[in-house]
Amino acid sequence: MVASVDRRAAPPLPVRPLARGDGLLLPTGSPVHRLPAQTKLAALPAFAACVVAVPAGSWWALATCAALLLAVVALCRLPVAVVARRMVVEAPVVVFALLLPLVATGPRVDVLGLELSRAGLLGGGTLLVKASLGVLAAVVLAATTSSRDLLAGLERLHLPRPMVAILTFAVRYSTVLVQESRRLQVALAVRGGGRRLRHLRAVAGCAGALFVRGYERGERVQRSMVVRGWTGAVPVLGSAPATARQWATAGSLPALALVVALVARSTA
Amino acid sequence: MHVPDGFLDLTTSVATAGVSAGAVGLALRRASPEVGAGPAMPGLVSAFVFAVQMVNFPVGAGTSGHLMGGALAAALVGPATAVVCLTVVLLVQALLFADGGLTALGTNVLLMAVVTVLVGHVVTRGAQRVLPRRPGSVVVAASLGGLLSVPAAAVVFVGLYAVGGAVPVDLGHLAAAMLGWHALIGVGEALITGAVVSSVLASRPDLVRAARSSRRRRLLVVGADGARTTVEAAPSHGDAGAHDEPRRPWVVALLVCLVVAGGVSLLASGSPDGLEHVAAAVGFDGAASASAVSSGPLADYAVAGVPGPLAVTVAGVAGVVVTALAGAGALRLVARRRAHG
Repeated sequence: MVASVDRRAAPPLPVRPLARGDGLLLPTGSPVHRLPAQTKLAALPAFAACVVAVPAGSWWALATCAALLLAVVALCRLPVAVVARRMVVEAPVVVFALLLPLVATGPRVDVLGLELSRAGLLGGGTLLVKASLGVLAAVVLAATTSSRDLLAGLERLHLPRPMVAILTFAVRYSTVLVQESRRLQVALAVRGGGRRLRHLRAVAGCAGALFVRGYERGERVQRSMVVRGWTGAVPVLGSAPATARQWATAGSLPALALVVALVARSTA
Repeated sequence: MHVPDGFLDLTTSVATAGVSAGAVGLALRRASPEVGAGPAMPGLVSAFVFAVQMVNFPVGAGTSGHLMGGALAAALVGPATAVVCLTVVLLVQALLFADGGLTALGTNVLLMAVVTVLVGHVVTRGAQRVLPRRPGSVVVAASLGGLLSVPAAAVVFVGLYAVGGAVPVDLGHLAAAMLGWHALIGVGEALITGAVVSSVLASRPDLVRAARSSRRRRLLVVGADGARTTVEAAPSHGDAGAHDEPRRPWVVALLVCLVVAGGVSLLASGSPDGLEHVAAAVGFDGAASASAVSSGPLADYAVAGVPGPLAVTVAGVAGVVVTALAGAGALRLVARRRAHG
């Protein structure tokens, strides 16, 4: 006789479901998605550099840069909720920016009964805007570029070959590691483990086991590549070079930001 | 400790980027034969460090704290490859996960790839010289490397902020806060590094580069006819000796770290679960989710960060004392064992 298992009675395992699709890509088919990865890889950091070059307290310039980037976000048709959630990574910076008026040195001003540092207010506000724009630029890049295109773009930008090779394998292994860690989490959960301090030993053991199991699966991946004729060099990822027009399209964002930053610096 | 955009001025960012580019170039030159032989191991180290770094928790001075993995990577693949691996991790984090500013990439590489790996490696090698030559010592040595690499990066950060900080802050307070919290993070780093190295060592000692010198020797077989054959020690399938070794020294050191770190985080933040972040950082969540910053710990640490100089100083002093105690305790235990043995 087979005992029937009441599946409804079992509490759900505290294990997150696997993410689907290509990591961070949000495919909406916008013009930004269609740009070659290398143009975006060059344009977005260049934009961030222009924003950092804006002098502190030049609010109109920062607002113009923000408007430029928000226009790009609108052009990408990215869901606002997802973009907002991905920007949570900035939280520690926000805390620091809010603390700056309290801890910075220099002359004080009285705001709502609090003695705040003038330099701290100015610096904290500027830091908040600059860091947010940097984070948003990276979110746009990640949401509009698949990991394969990103690798091809980095190769096009002449990132050293060993780094591209490591990166290729790291991207491949990240899925392997996620799958293995999920297995370990399930194993831990069904044995009554958890996130508590007294389970630290088990959790720490899992980290080591994850490494060994990940390596052993990765070793098989590498061996199968060798069997299929891999010679040690990562094959050229083979992406078409970007046209001048595409470079110009992508470059318009940092170019406009550069103008804004230069005007702001000359008037400051 | 990921530095965001606009935190340091443009000159400092460019200067650190130059230094980092030089260091990574050197590391690439030394690492490229190994990477050419098979990027599997460095690739896995990158993915692993990335997964372990995913969980950030804010610390007192506002920058994010997490496991850095420099000493761990150095112990597993050697310093040159480790620098390249961590640079890859930071590149992906800056480009895709917005963790660390795009313009601050050079600064972040300098702090988290170059400084942590170099300090971790030098400390590990130094400790290996002092400790007895057996597999278990690698674990203690790598833990010490992890313990000291994090505060070292914090010191370099304070130095960079003194040169090119965007906002004038009292450097004494900044140094105390950074050192204090990062000494605590260093304890977590030491625990994780030790745990990972010891369990990799137990099942695949060939994967731990730092243990190469202390692995089993070759066997010289002299036949009845006088013929000499050398039998290579099996590289895999576990080191039988490692299982027989009594592991008490590092287990005790680990417990000391745990108890002290737990007690001090109680004292510093008033929240009893200081190490839960570490627990969460180790075992859960591979590279799956981008929303690694939960709001719970943020609230705790932010409250702990606000009250000003006194709390910061207490945290700083306590953190340094912890580091010293844990390090000294571990060394002493091992030394005592050595005297008995």
